[in-house]
Amino acid sequence: MSRLLSKMEVDRRLVGLAVVLLIIWVGFDIASGGRFITPRNIFNLSVQTASVAVMACGMVLIIVTRHIDLSVGAVLGVLAMIMGVVQTDFLPQFLDYNHPLTWVLTLLVGIVVGALIGSIQGVAVGYLGVPAFIVTLGGLLVWRGSAWWVTQGRTVAPLDQNYILLGGGIEGTIGATWSWIVALIGILAIIYAAIMERRRRLSFEFPVKPIWAEYTNTIIKAGLVLIVVATLNAYHLPTRAAERLLENKGIPVTPENLEIAHGIPIPLLIVALVAIILTIAVKRSRFGRYVFAIGGNPQAAELAGINVKRMTVAVFALMGVLCAISAAISSARLQSAGNDLGTLDELRVIAAVVIGGTSLAGGLGTIYGALIGALVMQSLQSGMALLGVDTSLQSIVIGLVLVVAVFSDKYFHRRYSDPTA
Amino acid sequence: MTDPNMTKDPLVEMQDIHISFGGVKAVDGVSIDLYPGEVVGVLGHNGAGKSTLIKILSGAYQADTGKIIVDGKEAKIENARDARDNNIETIYQNLALADNLDAAQNLFLGREITDKFGFLDDAAMEHKAREVLHRLNPNFKKFTSPVSALSGGQRQSVAIARALLFEARVLIMDEPCAALGVHETKMVGELIDQLKRDGLGILLISHDLHDVFDLSDRLHVMKNGKLVGSVRTEDVTHDDVLGMIILGKMPEHLLHLAGPGATNATGAVNGTTHR
Repeated sequence: MSRLLSKMEVDRRLVGLAVVLLIIWVGFDIASGGRFITPRNIFNLSVQTASVAVMACGMVLIIVTRHIDLSVGAVLGVLAMIMGVVQTDFLPQFLDYNHPLTWVLTLLVGIVVGALIGSIQGVAVGYLGVPAFIVTLGGLLVWRGSAWWVTQGRTVAPLDQNYILLGGGIEGTIGATWSWIVALIGILAIIYAAIMERRRRLSFEFPVKPIWAEYTNTIIKAGLVLIVVATLNAYHLPTRAAERLLENKGIPVTPENLEIAHGIPIPLLIVALVAIILTIAVKRSRFGRYVFAIGGNPQAAELAGINVKRMTVAVFALMGVLCAISAAISSARLQSAGNDLGTLDELRVIAAVVIGGTSLAGGLGTIYGALIGALVMQSLQSGMALLGVDTSLQSIVIGLVLVVAVFSDKYFHRRYSDPTA
Repeated sequence: MTDPNMTKDPLVEMQDIHISFGGVKAVDGVSIDLYPGEVVGVLGHNGAGKSTLIKILSGAYQADTGKIIVDGKEAKIENARDARDNNIETIYQNLALADNLDAAQNLFLGREITDKFGFLDDAAMEHKAREVLHRLNPNFKKFTSPVSALSGGQRQSVAIARALLFEARVLIMDEPCAALGVHETKMVGELIDQLKRDGLGILLISHDLHDVFDLSDRLHVMKNGKLVGSVRTEDVTHDDVLGMIILGKMPEHLLHLAGPGATNATGAVNGTTHR
């Protein structure tokens, strides 16, 4: 089995994580009498995971460079408040309510302010040499306090009609047809990437995977895309919402017409986009290479001419940008911005990243691992909520799972990793 | 001086270098030079100041006072990049590799090959890495494992290949043979001879005389932050050099050979009587 995996060049950790996720899902499905693995629950799970998943992608880079960011939840809070005020109080002075540009400008403001907040923390860590733990612990208090200050504690609502689509919900999806198109593009991209990679290696006469492994890898990846999209398309709008939609479009309400699929929720699309861009950045750009080099040996990176201080600022600034995107997703989902939004998110994000196999010692970590980590955390929480477990017990279980996950990862990694591989 | 090399201009000169750390004079008025096609050993006990001196040349530290002259022109070397811009490459004692990256990624760190879109061209880098490493070490196979999985010799091969790849003119090697087995030490020796024929200037830093004696054309010996003397290897025996390292003074019969900037014998004796 393990030889088979290494021939296919599959990350063993990834397989382990996928198995854990599968066990959790099947376990909850059995315990809840078949209510867990349903299109509806999978759809909700994907929307609930999105905000943490986006931030987890950035946290991977922070932790890989041997830093930590404890402020992400608070930064999310302050950015959600700022974006709330921008779209409800500031922009309406110039634009009509629900103007199509409102959400774009709002998100832009959030991203710029997020990058600024991240840069400030990055400068404190990189140039002033204050440990990231301290800077962002201070940041947690500063930004949470600032979130209150934006409106003196008032919750901002209602939000812009287009902005709230970023949070998913009944209208915040791209529908069945577009979902299939996205799936098709995804599958073609997977096949194209596999062919190009193989050609490139062959052109230099490097060893390549056996062709059957290429086929299996590609088929598994493409199959996953298909299954996810098919599942999301199998979740139909509630009858009331469907009726309203048909009436708005002037289509007769018949039983067949009422079967309108949700399709891919917009927040999931955002997560996919962020994850793909960051994965490419990590694997194929100088920026990503330097992040890992700094994590592996900061001194070597410095000696190789990498500007470690500037890279530190860049990584923290990127984290700020992702906090802005997450802030948009979570405030849009709740259709309001309250100053306690994102409380304890830093812990969820760090837990997701660590469960996903990123080493706190730095230098090791993957974006896709963090995504699965986020999904594991959210699945546990949703599953227990579905079974009616109290929130206090939920916390206890999730806390224990985090510790056990990291322990078993260390244990199995030591035991089964081949030092000569 | 009747040195054939002296007809050429030195590649690098360090003149009257001083640096202190919190009142401790780590390097105290040392001058050394290096000519093209020459291997120069810098010897001294731990704490003699040789590594500090060399780190000033490679940009890791900055001298408090003193001049660095490269190709006859004064050079400002404030960081590793400046050193590299002057074609000075350093291979560090602690093998400055990022353990989590593979050989090719380490070789090209800071100077990656990119494609026309600005993305990293890993296949091209691996190709070049295979070429260079094959020349250095035909047994090198682990191109896709992180370098943490490599042996000391293999890691040293990667570090040397890294310097070669970028056409260094001055190569600084800190304890080049410290992590190596017998065969690999021999290999490094052959490699140094080859680099010397190509006209590079090589500075070998070591506390172990035997590592560098046979490889070097000249030796600079340091003690307590000062230069004891500079001698041509052909003029001295192991014992002479050991005397310089341990006692910190030039052997009597070589006093007339003491290079520029060397502390004279009496000064060095004074230095030792403090202890």
